[in-house]
Amino acid sequence: MRRDDGGRIDRSRVLRFRFDGQEYTGHPGDTLASALLANSVRRVATSVRLGRPRGVFAAGGEEPNAVVQIEEPFPEPMLPATTVELYDGLVASSLAGQGRLAAGPDPARYDAVHAHCDVLVVGAGPAGLAAARAAAATGARVILADDQPEPGGSLLGTRDEVDGVPGADWAAATAAHLEERPEVRVLRRTTVFGYYDDNYLVAVERRTNHLGAAAPAHMARERIWRIRARRVVLATGAHERPIAFAGNDLPGVMLAGAARTYATRYGVLPGRRAVVFAANDGAYAAALDLADAGLDVAAVVDPRPAPGELWAARLRERGVELLSGHVVTAARGDGQVSSVEVSPVSSVSSGGVSSIDADLLLVSGGWNPVVHLYSQSGGTLRHDEAIGTLVPDASTQAVEAAGAARGVFALPGCLADGTGAGARAASASAPARPVDVPRAEEPPEAAPLAYWLVPAADYAGHFVDLQRDVTVADVRRATGAGLRSVEHVKRYTTAGTAHDQGKTSGLLTSAVVAHALGVPVAELGTTTFRAPYQPVSFAALAGRDRGALHDPVRVTALHEWHVANGALFENVGQWKRPWYYPRPGEDMEAAVLRECAAAREGVAAMDASTLGKIDVIGPDAGEFLDRLYTNLMSSLKVGSIRYGVMCRPDGMVFDDGTVIRVADDHFLVTTTTGNAAAVLDWMEEWLQTEWPWLRVHLTSVTEQWATVALVGPGSREVLAGLAPGLAVGVDDFPFMTWREAEVAGVPARVCRISFSGELAFEINVTSWDGLRLWTAIMDTGLVTPYGTGTMHVLRAEKGYPIVGQDTDGTVTPHDLGMSWVVSKKKPDFVGKRSFSRADTMRADRKQLVGLLPEDPDVLLPEGTHLVATGTLPEPPVPMLGHVTSSYRSAALGRTFALALVRGGQGRHGERLYAPVGDALVPVTVTSHVLYDPEGARRDG
Amino acid sequence: MLLIPCPWCGPREEAEFHYGGQAHVAYPEDPAALSDEEWARYLFFRDNPKGVFAERWSHSAGCRRWFNALRDTATNRIHGVYRVGEPRPVAS
Ligand SMILES: [Zn+2]
Repeated sequence: MRRDDGGRIDRSRVLRFRFDGQEYTGHPGDTLASALLANSVRRVATSVRLGRPRGVFAAGGEEPNAVVQIEEPFPEPMLPATTVELYDGLVASSLAGQGRLAAGPDPARYDAVHAHCDVLVVGAGPAGLAAARAAAATGARVILADDQPEPGGSLLGTRDEVDGVPGADWAAATAAHLEERPEVRVLRRTTVFGYYDDNYLVAVERRTNHLGAAAPAHMARERIWRIRARRVVLATGAHERPIAFAGNDLPGVMLAGAARTYATRYGVLPGRRAVVFAANDGAYAAALDLADAGLDVAAVVDPRPAPGELWAARLRERGVELLSGHVVTAARGDGQVSSVEVSPVSSVSSGGVSSIDADLLLVSGGWNPVVHLYSQSGGTLRHDEAIGTLVPDASTQAVEAAGAARGVFALPGCLADGTGAGARAASASAPARPVDVPRAEEPPEAAPLAYWLVPAADYAGHFVDLQRDVTVADVRRATGAGLRSVEHVKRYTTAGTAHDQGKTSGLLTSAVVAHALGVPVAELGTTTFRAPYQPVSFAALAGRDRGALHDPVRVTALHEWHVANGALFENVGQWKRPWYYPRPGEDMEAAVLRECAAAREGVAAMDASTLGKIDVIGPDAGEFLDRLYTNLMSSLKVGSIRYGVMCRPDGMVFDDGTVIRVADDHFLVTTTTGNAAAVLDWMEEWLQTEWPWLRVHLTSVTEQWATVALVGPGSREVLAGLAPGLAVGVDDFPFMTWREAEVAGVPARVCRISFSGELAFEINVTSWDGLRLWTAIMDTGLVTPYGTGTMHVLRAEKGYPIVGQDTDGTVTPHDLGMSWVVSKKKPDFVGKRSFSRADTMRADRKQLVGLLPEDPDVLLPEGTHLVATGTLPEPPVPMLGHVTSSYRSAALGRTFALALVRGGQGRHGERLYAPVGDALVPVTVTSHVLYDPEGARRDG
Repeated sequence: MLLIPCPWCGPREEAEFHYGGQAHVAYPEDPAALSDEEWARYLFFRDNPKGVFAERWSHSAGCRRWFNALRDTATNRIHGVYRVGEPRPVAS
């Protein structure tokens, strides 16, 4: 229920929200959890495996129970109600372990920021604020990140004073002071969730989530911060830990510190009458604060023989019974706590139980430093016997933990610890500047007891992991089955694997394992913490890198024309290439057959600008290319062109293309479209690491040229019309030469090369002249535009392989039937030695062949396997190879395919079978050159 | 993500770099003189130590230079970088 006053909520404004169909109200400053507790909603979830009712258990991101589905304004699954800031119009529902993703697209924006700083402080509690304050005083660049809407951390949930003012006021003033400094950035609602190499940390800032439907559309909903910090201070605080006893999962069982936070920060009493079960002094302070806030605290139950006299006296003052040397054996109730059973430690197993009426049972087994980021950074952890938990030990990066994050729990200690850590962190970047330690008081503490498990005969109702419904009985079943490692027990029981990643249950699991095995917890070692610390949405991680911005789109100088003329596009690498140009009523098959016929019988043109182009310039350019290509390039004459293949040192084909000699010291190399960057990298690598003495420079010029392939028996006539100054006759302009000429009034380099077997010219102009050239070609009215669909068919009919489609990194030039491109004269080139390896000389290597399906209408799917027999033998069926390319051919009047087949060059004329669905399609193996094998069409 | 000190540009994000495997594996002087086994060693065999490893990196999205680095494969700490052709320094 809501207290009459108190709390950091704005009571002057009322927010309406719905939970499980019920209307409720709350105030700005509430979380969904505090608002539900204020409305006395005890059951907020149903457990995943056992279907048990569950209530709010914690007050922060460590919450294991109250995981809800947000329904409106935008569906979001699996959010802890303790981390959802209340807003007007929020609609949420309870879950039973699993949420639902939104069916529609997320309309929100997400973005990312890169930041650098001298000191990153994670956490704006007392230690973090003290650290940021001390670091900022030196003038260092400081980023302070905190996951809450306002700074203060634990100070928001207690009544402690700092420097003589309420802790929350001190926190607000300190943060305001920090924000005035130009070199300091304070990030609120920002969770640092990952700590990677070289002090690289990643955080998510929730910018508009708390505004609900009122969130401005132009603002990113969440922002990822990628921070590189010289030094890091982790002031991440501590999580309170539960104790295992019967019925410890009932709604009404809550962490003591969480209840104190609800009363102090949110002005909410999470019940009417409470029993506190704790083995540390901190919970006494919680009990006193709660009693002062109006909660009826019936008793404090403490297994320790006697707490400090100071605490005992304070409890007496408020009429709270102190049961030292006692434990809670069970929480009882139907759907929620109605009574608590208590027993002296000495007689837990022999009965002697008394019962106290209460609707709230507040537990505190002690505090676990939040060591997740420290562990992620590579820092090691050690078991601290005195506080019964893991603390940071040795760092491997420039990081230190401060305050509760390293086991210093008292407020004066946290403030001193933070101040020291902040000053040390800044000392790497700025001259030291002494800073006073903020003052606070804390009563002397008695030693805490690491108390985990109340002994019982039956452990089926002692819950360890509330979110996974794992009990002490489940853990003991695992150890009973012989498991000794906590990691194995985790996998066997699923403890610690839920949405909360065992933030409250992890060490309890270890303690229960240790108890079952009769060994100290410290002997069990530690588990490794991994990013992310809290769940992060994929939308936030993707940021702006989705949809059209997912990957750069590259278009050629002619792109607008293709779009205007109805081209459909194919993605090749990042390029948009025209695929085919359908006329009204045409499907792809009809369009490609028409375009193919135009290229073979008339004139057709393709935008070939995407082919990679690399200038190789320098006195040693020829020698450089001789070392990389399988054939000789240095002998190429200026004005001539040669086709070449590059292999990896293992002899496998890496890329192919034409090489033009522009001048004595200047070659222009073309690469396949998708491989252009890789070829340039490859050349740079050899030049820089193996042959640095060669005087050669490499420059990518792909974008500088627009290239048009003009193809077909009529292409000479069209070119002659466009380039009256160019002698285009077969004797004046022979195959594999190039000429400079004006084409369509534009200076051009015209190459006589062909990727179709037809008479063809490749016209290169600077890219800004590209559209003018292309338009002039099209304006002749004689030329059919064609795309990659047709290009693939034309080249396959001629048996020209496409690297990456007909090859896969296991294919040599010899396998492709291209022994002619491998020089026998050159003493060495990259790949040569491998051609005499036993494996590359095997006669049964997979080799490129043509395939003709017996039924000329059957189109084999690419990737289809090939077998020897018309009925399948028992598996394993010997596989002979697979189809790499498959098309309908206008020129052949039938379907055909290219394939890699074991010993294929010796199988011409053989019949093989291709399993397609349930059928075995008979095919005949042929040469891979199916069209014009004599090369008669090349000169037109 | 590592912060890699390019010997030409200074410290830069790992995303700007391309990994190149073990350093100091030179292309053999005369491949034709090698046995199949020796050639296969050059092609396919690389060290995989736990500890300091001399390896190649290319600042492919920066100055595009290749260089060598001594990186501890267990801690990811980079003990030093040096240019192609320079001898491997002693790890500190
Ligand atoms: Zn560089």
